[in-house]
Parts: sequence; C-alpha cells; structure tokens
Amino acid sequence: MKANCWMHRKSVAIQDVPDPKILNSRDAIIRVTTTAICGSDLHLYNGFVPTMERGDVLGHEFMGEVVEVGRGVNNLSVGDRVVVPFPIACGGCLACQEGNTSLCENSNPNSWMAATMWGHSPAGIFGYSHMLGGFAGGQAEYARVPFADVGPLKIPNGLTDEQVLFLSDIFPTGYMGAEMCNIQPGDVIAVWGAGPVGQFAIASARMLGAERVIAIDRFPYRLRMATDRAGATETINYEKEDVQEALNALTGGRGPDACIDAVGLEAHGHGPMYAYDRTKQALMLQPDRPTALRQAIQACKNGGIVSVIGVYGGFIDKFPMGAIVNRSLTIRSGQCHVHRYLQPLLQRIETGQIDPSFVITHRLPLAEAARGFEMFMNKVDNCEKVVLKAA
Amino acid sequence: MQTQRMMRGAHLVQSSWQEEGIERLENGRGAGLAQRESGVVRRATGLGWFSVALGAAEILAPLAIAGIAGARIRPQTRTAMRLLGLRELANGAGILSQPRASAWLWARVVGDAIDLALLGKVLASPRCRRARTLTAMASVLGVTALDVRTAIECSRNERGLAEPEGIHVLSAITVNRPREEVYRFWRDLEHLPQFMAHLESVKVENGRSKWRAKGPVGVPIEWEAEIVSDQPNENLAWRSCTGADVPNQGSVRFLDAPRGRGTEVRVELRYDPPTGALGAAVAKLFGAEPGQEIAADLRRFKQVMETGEVLHSDASIHRGPHPARPSGPSSDGDRKRTLGRGSRQQKERRVAR
Repeated sequence: MKANCWMHRKSVAIQDVPDPKILNSRDAIIRVTTTAICGSDLHLYNGFVPTMERGDVLGHEFMGEVVEVGRGVNNLSVGDRVVVPFPIACGGCLACQEGNTSLCENSNPNSWMAATMWGHSPAGIFGYSHMLGGFAGGQAEYARVPFADVGPLKIPNGLTDEQVLFLSDIFPTGYMGAEMCNIQPGDVIAVWGAGPVGQFAIASARMLGAERVIAIDRFPYRLRMATDRAGATETINYEKEDVQEALNALTGGRGPDACIDAVGLEAHGHGPMYAYDRTKQALMLQPDRPTALRQAIQACKNGGIVSVIGVYGGFIDKFPMGAIVNRSLTIRSGQCHVHRYLQPLLQRIETGQIDPSFVITHRLPLAEAARGFEMFMNKVDNCEKVVLKAA
Repeated sequence: MQTQRMMRGAHLVQSSWQEEGIERLENGRGAGLAQRESGVVRRATGLGWFSVALGAAEILAPLAIAGIAGARIRPQTRTAMRLLGLRELANGAGILSQPRASAWLWARVVGDAIDLALLGKVLASPRCRRARTLTAMASVLGVTALDVRTAIECSRNERGLAEPEGIHVLSAITVNRPREEVYRFWRDLEHLPQFMAHLESVKVENGRSKWRAKGPVGVPIEWEAEIVSDQPNENLAWRSCTGADVPNQGSVRFLDAPRGRGTEVRVELRYDPPTGALGAAVAKLFGAEPGQEIAADLRRFKQVMETGEVLHSDASIHRGPHPARPSGPSSDGDRKRTLGRGSRQQKERRVAR
C-alpha cells in the first residue's frame, strides 16, 4: 500500500509499504478514507520529536471503513465507518477506566523509552515516534488499529467525513483545552495560536459559556477565521502589538480569567528573548521554545488558569515559576483524552452546534502529502488545515 | 484489618530492600579498597587538571610551548599545537567529568605516545634545539609512567566494582485486577514465558518445574526449580534445584493497592551466574540494566492481565526494518542510502511469497 513516511528532517514521502496485518486479537484494519496533517505532525517534520526513524508511517488523524477485525473485537463489523482517536487506549487499565485514555498504561510497547524521558510513559499514539509506541500512522491507504473494541467511534449515516474527521484529535483537543479553563459565565479567555486546535479551543470556549474570547496569532487570515468562524470576540496580532499590554487594555488591567496555549514548542515571537530561545533550540541546548507559554503565564489574571494543549516534548528554560507561585496560577495540561469526548462532541455536530469542517482550507490526494506538509509548514496560500483524501 | 496487612507487607518489602543494600555495600567495597581507591582518584584528578592546564597553554600560547619543546617554528606549528591543546582539554574534561575515568586515562597514554612520536620527529630534524627537546621527552616519559600506572589502577578498580556479584533485581507494578486473579495467573509458572522475555518455556511436572531460558549463542540454558514458599494470594517464592548451571531464585508478593487500585506486584529475582564464560553470557542476556528488563517483563505481565495479551506495534515485534518501512528506494537524494535496505526487504518479500 501507499503511505506517507517520515524520511528525515523536513522530508516526508509517499512510499510503498507492506499492508498492515492483525497483530493482536483486538485489532482492526481500517481502509482510510480521509486523513489530515496535524500541527503536531509539523513538530515531527521539523525534527523536534526524538526516536523518529526513517520510513515511519505518519498520521494520527484518520477515519475510514473497517475491512478486517480480530477475533477479540465484537462491536465492529466489516463495512462500519469509524473515526479513530489518536491515543491508543486499552480500556482495562486504571487510567482508561478513569477516563484518562491518553495515559493508558498498556498501549505503549516502548514505554521504557518514554519513561526514560518523562519519568513514566503515557499512551501509545499512531504515527508519533518510537518513544510513543512505534505504531504506523493513518496517512496511508490502510491502518491497523489496536484495541479497536475501545477506540473507534462508529459514524452514523448523514455526516460527511470532513464533518467528523476532527473528532480524532483537534476538536476534542481544543475542547479539552477550554474545559480545563473551568469557564464560568462571563469569563474572558485568551487563546494563543489560531491554528486548527486554537480555532476549536475558541469555538469550545464560546460553547462552554465564555463571554469573550481573545485570539492571538500573527497571521491575519487565521485571526479572521477566529472571529468569523470560531467565534472569537477580539484578536491580537502579536507582531503588531505587545500582547501583555493589549490584553491588559482589553480586560481592564486584570488579565484574562484563563489562558490557553494552543501553540506548543515551536512558538514564534520577537525581541531578544525569542532570539535567545531560538538560538538555544538550534544549538540543542533547549528542546522546546516556550514563547507562547511564558506570555500566557505572564498575562493570566491573578488566581487564573493556564491551560496548555500545545505540544511540548522536553524541557524549557526561563520558566516563570515566580509568577505561578506568587499569583496563585494553576497550570493544567495533557494530551487529549479523546475517547471521553467522542460521544458528546459527535452530538454537538449532529445537532448542528458546530461544523468542524470550517477549518479546512486545502484538500489534497494522499499522494500529495509532501506538498501538504510544505504548504502547512510555510502557511502557503493561507493554509489552515490540510485534509488528505484516499485515491 | 486490610490496612494492617498492607502495612506489614510494605514494611517487609522495605526492610528486605534495605538489607540487600547493606549486603552489597559490604561485599563491594571494603574499607581498604576504598582507601586505595581514593589515592587513585586523587592522582587521576590531578592528571585531569594537568591535561586541562597543558591544553589551555597549548591553545593560548602555541608558539611558546613549541619553543619550550625545542621545535622549529613553521607556518603550521600554531595550528598543530592548538589541535594538541584541544586533545588535552577534551582528555582532561573526560577524566574530570566522566564516570569511567579509566578510558580517558588510557586516552592520555595514547596522547603521550603521540607526543613522544612528535618530539622524536622534532629531534630528527636538523635545526632543533636538542637539549630542550630531550628535556621535553624526558618530562613526557615521566608523565607517561604516571599515566600508565594510574590508568591500570583505575581500570582495576572499575572492574572490581562492576564484577558480577550475581544479578539481583527488584521491580514493582500495579495491576488493575483482583489480588486472587493476579496470584492465580502467576502461580501457574507455565504462564511466565508469556511476559518474561528471557524465558523460552516453563514446564511443571510432579511439583517441580523445568525452566528453559534463551541462551546468548542459541544454546538454551535449562534448570529445574521448586516452589519454596506459597501463601495463596500473598506471596510465592521459587528456587532452582541443586545442580543448576545458573543458581537462581525468585519471589513475588501480591498486595492490595490503596484505594482499590488493584494489586501491587513486587518481584525479586536473583541469578548467581558462575564466573567465566557462562556467567558472562548470562549477564549479557540480562543486558546492561537487568532492572529495566524485569520492568519491561512486568509491563507485559500487566498487559496480559488487563488486556488479555501482550500488545505489539509494528516496531516492537521487528527489530530494525519493520512492516511500516518503505520497501523500495525513495526520493532522489536518498536513493543511495535506501537501496541496500530496500533490496533486502524486497528479497524478504519474495521469500515470503
């Protein structure tokens, strides 16, 4: 089959790879109909995630049709149309039973690698390095889905692929980012990053009752989408204004009630601090570049919540712990526990509260995945979200 | 009552871990050894700083040092001296900061040889200042003697510390299943190879069990073992019978995890490989970190108990190239590098067909 493979830094390519096989009794094989390039794929693309190997099949946002099930899968049949959550979860461990599926204790066969880096291992993830399991991803014609009796969500007829595909990652991720803000009626929420996850964080914050949502980015087209489609009430272009000052001006000097970092380890910025971070990252002295996170912490109101859904992989420098302690801030974070949001968010789509396909700006055949990565990476042609279609 | 038992259990485990620590300390480092060691360490540290100082001098004042050695100054002398200086600096840093100083001390010996060779070359050249060069050679020879002595002693000490005194590992994991169920599964020793990577099979016959472990060169290691303690749902201990090539024992305790989080499984394994080739082979089998091996075994045990089987990913069952790997050459720039692997995989596929 054809699959989009990580070749080396800044290079992905469609390759012929062996078809996936049932390896465990609770596996299913999915014929992928629609998949997408995630912002976090760009971290792999740019070489910021260790333990990627040449030829690894990428992709953790995918959906398709079940073509084969293992003998341990009783709830799916061949022909079912499903969306697959990006974290792999067994359903039997304590983390899964408590709903923290991205912390599944059994789904990472290479857990020791992750434990070496992070102390303990989280769940395995499709197409996201060997440290997170070494599972082939979904930017391919077919994909093997372990624990298929737990993860995949059956999609009712009447909904298009593009309406439901983002249940696999970015919609629940943005939603969890907003949920972690513990939004009360009248709250003001600031969201760093108006990429696809940021858009869903904005939309979710509004759905959860935020009165005002301030979107922060540097691309006018993204800020436009945030106000026109996701429901942001104000925007800040950080290349034009000082974020801290602008937020103070917009919130009567108090700062937002909660701040969402939907940017992660490759944040952009300006000034000497940004140059310092950029240099340290380039010299491999600091794996992650926390410009947005630092701003979010500094800007948040006293006693507020900083919700981090952008991806960080390792260590950061100049972490403003003083602001957190002295101003009673709460940091909340996590890879999204997608499974617990599948049904409720599907319902919001079915009842027309949101149509997640609004973020899609480009549709390409799978064969042009490399071009998609380049466009998304370089924000060519106002690129917000690239969806890849099976031939 | 449940709490009481748990506390007692936890205490038992703790004290046994502590005892192990003390025993190892006494075996590994006698007072005399420690003293001898400290002398070597002091000398190694001195040599490390000597390297740093000499390196700095060679980098900062290359021509002056070359002059001291009696060498004629040529255009490339400055660069050559600075390179030597860099080598010294790296060497010094290695000795001062790395856990295995011996390797860096031996690197110093190699460096000494290079220096002597260079000085020899200087001596052979017509316009050198012989007295200076000979003095320099004598000094280097003196330092070389000190380097060799320190390197030998340091190596000996490090070997002494690393000497296998038996492989002894402790590891624990929490399994989200009732204690009875977890005990019952483990009690059937024939289940162990399902999750213990180094075991090929365990067969239970007439109260004794026959164990077969993977050998390093394809020759399996076999032994018989007997259960020495069995308190249902609480603990289980086994030991190899006399005559085993590699005497070994193991025990596992089962404790209720707090807040109904399932069962804590605490495993202790001890292998006493004989000295010599077999011992080395067994040690190799367990890798550099036997603790990590048993931890991985327990992760798999947890998978079996909680999900029914050991989970595989494309990468976990295939070392090196795996199914999620390209089978043909790729884009132009990479063609050369992929050809080898690609053609090998294609061959494998042909064979498979």
